[in-house]
Amino acid sequence: MAENVKPRVRVPKTASRDEVITIKTLISHPMESGQRKDKDGKVIPRSIINRFTAEFNGQMVLDARLEPAISTNPYLEFDARVPETGEFKFTWYDDDGSVYEDAHKVEVS
Amino acid sequence: MLISRRGVLAAGAGLAGLAMLPVAVRAQDAAAAAPAQTADEMIAEFTGGAQVAEGDGVKLTAPEIAENGNTVPISVEAPGAAEILLIATQNPTPGVARFSFGPLAASQDAATRIRLAKTQDIVAIAKLADGSFVRTAANVKVTIGGCGG
Amino acid sequence: MKLHHVVKAATVLAASLALTAARADPVRDDPLVVNGEQELATQAPAPDHLGGALGDTVYSGWLFRDTDTRAMQKDDFDNPMFLFVDAGLEAWETPEGTAGKSCADCHNAIEDSMKGLRARLPRVNAGGELWSLENHVNDCRTNRMGAEAWGWNSQEMKNMTAAIGLQSRGMPVAVQIDGEAAPFWEKGKEMYYTRYGQLEMSCANCHEDNFGNNIRSDHLSQGQVNGFPLYRLKDQGAVSTHQRFVGCIRDTRGVPFEPGSQEFRELELYVASRGNGLAVETPAVRH
Repeated sequence: MAENVKPRVRVPKTASRDEVITIKTLISHPMESGQRKDKDGKVIPRSIINRFTAEFNGQMVLDARLEPAISTNPYLEFDARVPETGEFKFTWYDDDGSVYEDAHKVEVS
Repeated sequence: MLISRRGVLAAGAGLAGLAMLPVAVRAQDAAAAAPAQTADEMIAEFTGGAQVAEGDGVKLTAPEIAENGNTVPISVEAPGAAEILLIATQNPTPGVARFSFGPLAASQDAATRIRLAKTQDIVAIAKLADGSFVRTAANVKVTIGGCGG
Repeated sequence: MKLHHVVKAATVLAASLALTAARADPVRDDPLVVNGEQELATQAPAPDHLGGALGDTVYSGWLFRDTDTRAMQKDDFDNPMFLFVDAGLEAWETPEGTAGKSCADCHNAIEDSMKGLRARLPRVNAGGELWSLENHVNDCRTNRMGAEAWGWNSQEMKNMTAAIGLQSRGMPVAVQIDGEAAPFWEKGKEMYYTRYGQLEMSCANCHEDNFGNNIRSDHLSQGQVNGFPLYRLKDQGAVSTHQRFVGCIRDTRGVPFEPGSQEFRELELYVASRGNGLAVETPAVRH
């Protein structure tokens, strides 16, 4: 498991019904591409976040498959629509099987 | 940890080395995840061999010149699309991302930051609501600055 | 024929020199407003001690970067350094070492106790030594907390210096250069103008004589350090002031001093003083 993996997510705390809200996410992760070599010439094994999902009350917003071309500390920005008060669930899937999660409530007025 | 110029060069060489060492790298990839596909293979898999039209249905925003190829901001949008495939044609592994938009996506729009090994075309192909495919490309010049730091 | 070639080569050389001599000015029409609320001064009247060496104005390195790179520093969410700031803030509250104390146990809220510190460092401590922020952090760790010193360029150290530095964001850099700081400052200045390495280049050759120009495809800034530690796109990670110094000297094909060395702390003081008046931008984003 990559060390000290921490997500950062920006979601507004409140929104009006069906308002377009922009979500930004960032997670600390080396995104080791599997293309680099260490000092001894050995290939450093690939270790990336290969998938990210954003759901709201169980409904999908974005499902992203990520490849080694995504930069270290992967950043994603996208738009969501919230039909009711509820919770966003963000999930990052690591090559090594680790799963990192974050959740944010949004109050719809 | 990443600051040695030699290390940076080695990283670049590692990227470039894929073309020369397909067997070794494939073995490595197999250990990690899916095997590396060529750009054409990825596109064929995405479209199922369907016709892909050039068009305005998909828009790619990328810098003309990237200040550094390791972190290039890009965004892609395709109104009404179900999915968008992003490919960096000249990267050792050309895949970048595949965005699938769910029912609560307010737009079919996503932005991220990517690595580009050299100056090249980035290609975006969108699968539209009617099942057709539309494609666009943007050329990004990557400068390799001398100040390795 | 031979002479003809030489003349032609000389003409080409002259033409290319003329091209590179055309100074690409720093961006002037883009204010650095962070989070849509706090404007940071990216230029300031040149400090008197420079004697006009940089003209009448000093410029933040931010003004020499591309639009996309500049944008990443305008919003703390787009700035990946905040991953490390978060980690530093967490470490601030976390007890460590044999004394079982955290930074907060002595210094309370980082927002209050650390405000302004980054703008005045390096400075001379009570024992007469020139200390950078890293020295202060490790002094607390080893003498008060009973914890192990962090490496100068370790991730933990950069997390902490980013979190502490942020508390001074927007305040003008104001390092002391006279009095007890003077002898250190003089040494740093001497170093700034000393040519290093096989390429025999001094700091001034790039960052004073050629800021705004392109060298080896890099757009040279004035080499200001008001934004460190910062996120460097090339490294996709945090970079400290001394780490950057190491890179510059290595680029001259010289043997760099050690991070944290007396030499680099003196150089840090001098370089910081060249930006006296610029806003602290910690944690900045550069390419």
